[in-house]
Parts: sequence; C-alpha cells; structure tokens
Amino acid sequence: MSKPAAAFQAAASAYVGERETRAFLRQSLAGYLAQRRTGEERFQDWEEARVAASAAKGEALDYLDRYLADFLTRIEKRGTRVFFARDAARARERVVEIVREHDAKCIVKSKSMTGEEIDLSETLEHLGYEVVETDLGEYIVQLRGERPFHIVAPAMHLRREEIRELFAGKIGPEAGRSAEPEALTMDARRAIRRKYLEADIGISGVNFAVAETGQICVCTNEGNGRLSTSLPRVHIAVMGLEKLVPNLDDLALLLPMLATAGTGQHLTGYTTIIGGPRQPGEADGPEEFHLIILDNGRTALLADDEQRDALHCIRCGACIYMCPIFKNIGGHSYGTTYMGPIGSVITPHLRGLEEWRHLPSSSSLCGACTETCPVRIDLHHHLLHNRRNAAAAHPAPLEKLALRAYGWLAGRPALFSLAGKLGKLALRAFSPLLGTALDPARGWTRCRALPEPPRQSFREWWKTHEPEPASERDDDDEE
Amino acid sequence: MSAPNDDRDLIFRRIREAIRIRRENLPDHGDAERYRQLLPPVRASLQARIELFREWSDKLNTRFIAANPSDWRAEIASLAAAEGWKSSAFHGTGLAREATEAAGLPAATALDTTRGYDPERLEACDVGFTDCEALVAQTGSVLLTSRGNGGRALSVLPPHHVVIATAGQMVPDLLAAMALIRERHGAALPSLVTLHTGPSRTGDIERQIVLGAHGPKKLTVILILD
Amino acid sequence: MVFDRRVTPARFPETVRVSLFIPCFVDHFFPQAGIAMVRVLERLGHEVDYPAGQTCCGQPAFNAGYWDQARPPASRLFRLFEDADAVVSASGSCGAMLKVFNPELFAGTSFEEEAADLAGRVWEFSDFLVSELGVEDVGARFPHRVTFHDGCHGLRELRIKSQPRRLLENVEGLELVEMAEAESCCGFGGTFAVKFSHISEAMAEVKCASALATGAEFIVSNDSSCLMQIGGWLGKNAKTPNPPRVMHLAEVLATQ
Repeated sequence: MSKPAAAFQAAASAYVGERETRAFLRQSLAGYLAQRRTGEERFQDWEEARVAASAAKGEALDYLDRYLADFLTRIEKRGTRVFFARDAARARERVVEIVREHDAKCIVKSKSMTGEEIDLSETLEHLGYEVVETDLGEYIVQLRGERPFHIVAPAMHLRREEIRELFAGKIGPEAGRSAEPEALTMDARRAIRRKYLEADIGISGVNFAVAETGQICVCTNEGNGRLSTSLPRVHIAVMGLEKLVPNLDDLALLLPMLATAGTGQHLTGYTTIIGGPRQPGEADGPEEFHLIILDNGRTALLADDEQRDALHCIRCGACIYMCPIFKNIGGHSYGTTYMGPIGSVITPHLRGLEEWRHLPSSSSLCGACTETCPVRIDLHHHLLHNRRNAAAAHPAPLEKLALRAYGWLAGRPALFSLAGKLGKLALRAFSPLLGTALDPARGWTRCRALPEPPRQSFREWWKTHEPEPASERDDDDEE
Repeated sequence: MSAPNDDRDLIFRRIREAIRIRRENLPDHGDAERYRQLLPPVRASLQARIELFREWSDKLNTRFIAANPSDWRAEIASLAAAEGWKSSAFHGTGLAREATEAAGLPAATALDTTRGYDPERLEACDVGFTDCEALVAQTGSVLLTSRGNGGRALSVLPPHHVVIATAGQMVPDLLAAMALIRERHGAALPSLVTLHTGPSRTGDIERQIVLGAHGPKKLTVILILD
Repeated sequence: MVFDRRVTPARFPETVRVSLFIPCFVDHFFPQAGIAMVRVLERLGHEVDYPAGQTCCGQPAFNAGYWDQARPPASRLFRLFEDADAVVSASGSCGAMLKVFNPELFAGTSFEEEAADLAGRVWEFSDFLVSELGVEDVGARFPHRVTFHDGCHGLRELRIKSQPRRLLENVEGLELVEMAEAESCCGFGGTFAVKFSHISEAMAEVKCASALATGAEFIVSNDSSCLMQIGGWLGKNAKTPNPPRVMHLAEVLATQ
C-alpha cells in the first residue's frame, strides 16, 4: 500500500468513527440539497443546459490551441503580462519573482483552488510575506493551519463555537465575543479590512477565461475577489489552462449553472470580469496585471480523450456534496487539493497513478456524482477507467492472480457450482470464528452479518422445477 | 516581453499534441439563441422585467426603489436622512453626481473617484453613488464597468452602494448584458466588467447567510421610470 | 433526480420466452429471488428458460480494473444467451454489466458485435415487466409496510426509478413508504465493501437509519447485493427488537 493510501485508510476510518461530526456534515449537506433543487427548477431545461455547458467546455478544449491563442492576443493587448508554467514549482517561482520585484510585504488573496494546488500561500508565508486569505472560509482554515475541507465551502466542517474560540485566540480579545455567525463574520471583516488598503499585491484564482474577449472571470459572494483585484497596485491571477470558454454567451450560460450547482444560488454575488490592468482614463485599478497559466499535468489529461471531459470541471463542488463517500469521511481524509469524485478522477493524473490509485478504488461507483455534474463529466466511469489503467500499468500480482483463477473457474460451470457449495460449507464451518480476529471474512463480518446460506441453490431448484402451465392459474381463478 | 522560464511554447506544443484526437461524441456548441431556451425565463415587457428585478431584490436583500423622474431625488434625500450619511463618494457628472447632491452631500465636498483619490478616504465614506451600464432582470444584477461607473473600488469599498439607473437600462437577461458589453465596449474593453447581485454575503459559517462580509452591507438600486 | 428511461412501445407478443440471468451470488445465496421471478413470469403466462452453465458476468474483475480477466467470463454469456429473445436479470447491477459495461469492455475486440447485440436484449426484472410487457399489476398480495431501496446501478445506469414502485403500488395491501435516502448508495459496491470496510459500514449505517425511520417492516430492492449489505448491517447492528427484513422485489410480487 502506498503512503497516501495508508494515510487515506487511517484518516477515513477515524472520521467514520466520529458519529456526531458526520451527522453535522449530513445536516449541512441537506441544506445544500434543498437549495440546489430549487435552483435547478428555475431553469427552463436544466438537463439540456448541462448538455450545452458540456458542449461549450468541450469546444474550448478540443480546439484549445486556437482559443488560447485568441485569448492571449486580446488580453495581452491590454497590457496583461502572461506567464506559462509547466508545473507548480515554475508557477510558484514566478509569483515569488513578481512579489520580490515589487518589494511587497502584504498580500491579500481571494480564494483559489489552483493556488492551493501549487501551495502558493504556504510558499509565500515561508518566505516571510504576510498572506491574508480573504474568503471567510479560507481565512478560517488558514488560521487553523488546515487545508480547505471542500473546494467551495472550506470551513463547512466547523461549528460556530469552534470558530469563535479560534477567532478569540488568533485575532485577539476584541474578536470571538459571540458565536453568532453574524458577529463572527464581522470579526473577520474588521480584521481583514485594513489589509485591502495595506496590501501591495492581490492574488486571485480564475473561474473562467473568455477567448472571444480576452477576459478572466472571478466569482465570489463576499466581494473579497472584487476588493483584492481593485485596491492593490499589482494583481496576480493563477489559472489552470482548462478554464477557457469560447465566448461571452457561454459565460452567460455557465455562470448561473456554477452558482446553482455550487451553492444553489441563482448567481454568485460578485461576478468580476477582468481584461487587463487599469486602462487609460480609468479611475483606479492595479497598475500591473499578471496572469499565470498552469499546466501541472493538465495537458496529459487533455491527451487522454477518454477522460478529457474531466477538464470540463468548473469546480462547483457539487459532486463532492453528493458523494456518499465524502459524506462519511470528510474532505481532509483524501489528502488532496481536490477531494471527492472529481479529485479521485484527476488526482491520479496530476500526482501519479501508482501512488493515488486507491482514490478511484475507494468508491462504490454509485454514480451520484455523474448525475449531479453540471458539465456532465462521466465521473464514476472515469473511476473505472483509472482502475483499469492502474491495473494495466501497476498490476497487483495477488489480485490479478485471484481474478484470473476466478475467471478460469467461471468458465467451468460444474466446478464453479461446486466451489460455491464448498464456500457455503466453509462459511458454516467457520461460523464460530465469524466476527473474530481469525475470521477470514472479517472485512465483511466486522460490521455486518452474513446471509444464512440456503440449502439449495437456484440451479438445484431449477432442476426440480415443473413449469406451471398458464392454464393452471386460470383453473384456480375459476374455482 | 516574456519572463525567463516562460513555458509558453512548450505548453502550446503539448496542447497541439494532446488534441490531435478530437472527441466524436461531443454535442454541438450552442449559441445565445439556444441558451435562451434553457436558462431561467424572462418575460418580454418592461413591466415584467421590473417586477422580476424587484422579486430578486427582495430575495437578495437589495433595496429596490422605482421612482418617477420628479421623485427620485426625494427618495434619496429620505434615504440619506434615515441612514444618517455624513460622507459620500460618487463619480463624474451624471446621475451619481445628482444623487450625492440630492442626499445633501454636495459634490464639491464629496469624493469624486474620477479625479484621483485616496483609498483611505473612500474607505471612510458612508455611501458610494454610481450609475450603471445596465440592470439584469433575470438575476437582479447591476452591471458596472471600470470605465463608465467610477472605477473599481467605488462600488465595493463603501459600506453602502447606491445605484441610480433608468428604466431603459433594464435588460432581460445575462445574454443581453453580454451582448451590450460586446456592442458598447467591444472595440476597447474596460479593464473591469462586473455584475453585482445583492449586497456582499457569506454562508461560510454553518451555511447561515450573513450580509456584508467584505463588500457593501447594503445595496440600493433606484430605478428612474420614464 | 433520475429520469426513467423512455418506455418503448410493446415489442413483445403476449407470450414471451424469457431467459433468466441469475447472477452467481443470487444462485448461491438468494435463490428465492430467482425462484420468485420464475413464479411471477409463469403466472403471467410466459415461458421461462434458464440456460444452463451460467456462472459470473465478470463484474468483479471489471470493477477491479482487470478488464483482461473480466472478458473471458463475460464473453461466455454471449454464447449462452445467443438465441434468447429476452434476457431478464435478477439484479440491476449485473444487468448493468450486460447492458452498459459490456459494450465498453468489448469495444474494439472480436466480441464487439455480440456485446452490443446482447445489451439490446437484456432487462432488469422490474423494468422488463413495466416497460416491455406493460404489466403493473401482477396480482400479488402483501399486507405490509414496505420501503424501497434504489440500487445504484439500476437507478443510474439503467434509469429504473418508477418501474418497481408502480409494481409495488399495485400489490394488494402493501403500503409503500419512501425513505429520505432512497437514492443514496447502501455502501456495498462489490469488493469496495471489504477493501474499504469502514467507509462501507458508515454508508450502510446512514442508509439503514433512513430505512428504519420509515417504520417499514420490509426493505425491498431489485438488487440482492444491496440487500445483503443492508440486511447484514441490520443483522449485526439493529437496536430494535424486530428490525425490518430485507426482501427482493420479485419475492414480494410472487406472494398471493
């Protein structure tokens, strides 16, 4: 078992043991579900909108070279400085370079999963810069020294009282006087407010990039994305190269879908569409706008035409909310930037199949993710594809042998039937051991009873079965 | 001018190599006409659009006031009295300027962001007045740009954002808002185009909605009817 | 929300020769489900056939990612069901293997056509009765409070949602109570249940709590594997003196 796999099993088992925590998470998810349903019903045709959304993202990806070139021409014409990074290290280096050039001290950051992916905040903090996460949820997990629990709702695992204690301890005595969400939000507002004015640099992520116009789009509810990109004199945006959409009409389709799938809202509060640094004649805005476009494994996924649709992902987090695995192990157990079904599909591509093959395996393949995905990524089937690829590239010798033997047996009905009978006999023989440490079926019996094996199999019954003539039933009816 | 270590050429090569196989099963890429059949519906009449905008405003906690050309200044004056505004910011020479005057906060002493400003002073203002590019009925949104509506910070830094719009600016949906951007600004896009949909909000603590997380705690939209 | 697959106009004559597909674990552990299917179909006047030599559909190897090992057992079924007019499966999951996964498993192999051909002739039991035969009332009587669990493969691969419910609603005396988590996975998932035993257990716990909250006497499903998980969890963990029993849909429909 790889190290991440062992860590995953341990973390997941521990979380499963915390019944109250799981109940709290379920309750929170129930609220999402109700709003989400109302959100979908507002559409004239949500299902067809999913098809259209998938087509728009698919168009951008299948002709990505052209759309990206168009995008660049337009956004660079307005003075944007674009940098392409093959991997996380290159992207980090570039950000650090810009920060040094400007002799920055304080950096305000609005929520960015790509930033998480490249460990941006940690890197900058390690170098001694003050990095303030401005999204409330991100701010909370930053103060706790944690990673986001969910890509859209980073602090959804915390109760108000835990946040109150955190604020009182980390912000100071003026904060955390009440555990009311309203009061806690105002604590954070006050703590962060000055930083917008002091910061030399604002960092954001990117939700969409529009090829037609050469603009990026950042969606936030709190307005932190607006403030982080308005006041500091330098704005750095980090985006994965899959964020392209062909045109503004596609944006008009995708924005409400992102909001609906992400939170059940009809539209995120602030939709910020940026095409460059401050232009001539404008009142304010950053003097410099840097855009970093990240590969970090994405072109490899693009090359996999079977799983290319995983790059359609708009990071709404719906598949995570709907996933019964996530509901029971929480977001931190995965040990990845992207948790839940989308994480289990893409992490093996981004970080290595051999080490991360346990993620696609740790699924019951129920398909709730695929059903909910607003851009119709074939998520649960890609989990199967990842399993197939892992088995081909890094076969587990024992498992392969066992399955081959099973297949051999399945080709011999008489033997297969005999094996079934012996298996049932063995179950009876082992019954005193069931549930104990010596139990060969412990993975099952630890928490579940085994069915009582019947004396007669179906095929044995069939041999004795005389078909009831349909007329017999008619006779019965006449009696 | 590209920075050293820029991987642009490498990444373009990788992309071209990766998409040599195009997918056969992709549905057709749609257009505005198609999307309009799928997205939430908007009825055509101006009255219906205004009603829809009002419905969204109620849900979003946006204060929406529709007033006659002769009344809107009085609405602002009573709002100013109720809110106790002492300082304001605005932009330019249009409706935003008229609004601050109507609020009893003369343009001569208020902050005009188009004339260069100190962000500290803007932060201390009680209210920011702007006009807008459009209102979007489908979503209850205000469409603003950094060129026409006083820059980037005016509409998001003060705790109360007041928007003055005219009835003719009420577009039906997001697609129409995008078309407007394209037609009005396509040749030279402003650096920022933004949709504000309700006041600032968060649900990050136990999914309970709290207004005024970072941006304005209050958003007021005054629509001047023709 | 799952939408039912489109109901096709009846393509079958009044009397159909139905070839049963009895997955291996049903054969050995839940024969009563298969027996009940035979009873229901014969009562409706159809001819039931059980082609000899059925073993496993290959899904364990397929799900584990060992597709090369999955193909030999899976391809055996093409021959076994070569002449079948309608293949009806006792399990939504194994039905999905034949109907949905086989075409992908055999794409580009010499069995491609056979896989597609069989896929077009396979139905899960309730889907076959309602969508193909147009039967909603099988004349059963079962005076009990029942809740229905949607097996994920049946629900999301085969789009079976209303079919079993329509059948249950027409059973005399039966009271159908929906559980809040009807569409949530029970946590079985084949070897997942053992490889990730703790997660699987937690999923079963959530599922069962939801089923228990309905006060149902029976938890019914069209998938015996889900019922093994649900029944297994209840058997070990239920705190109530008379926990609900699990029962295959066909068994309910076979009662009189």
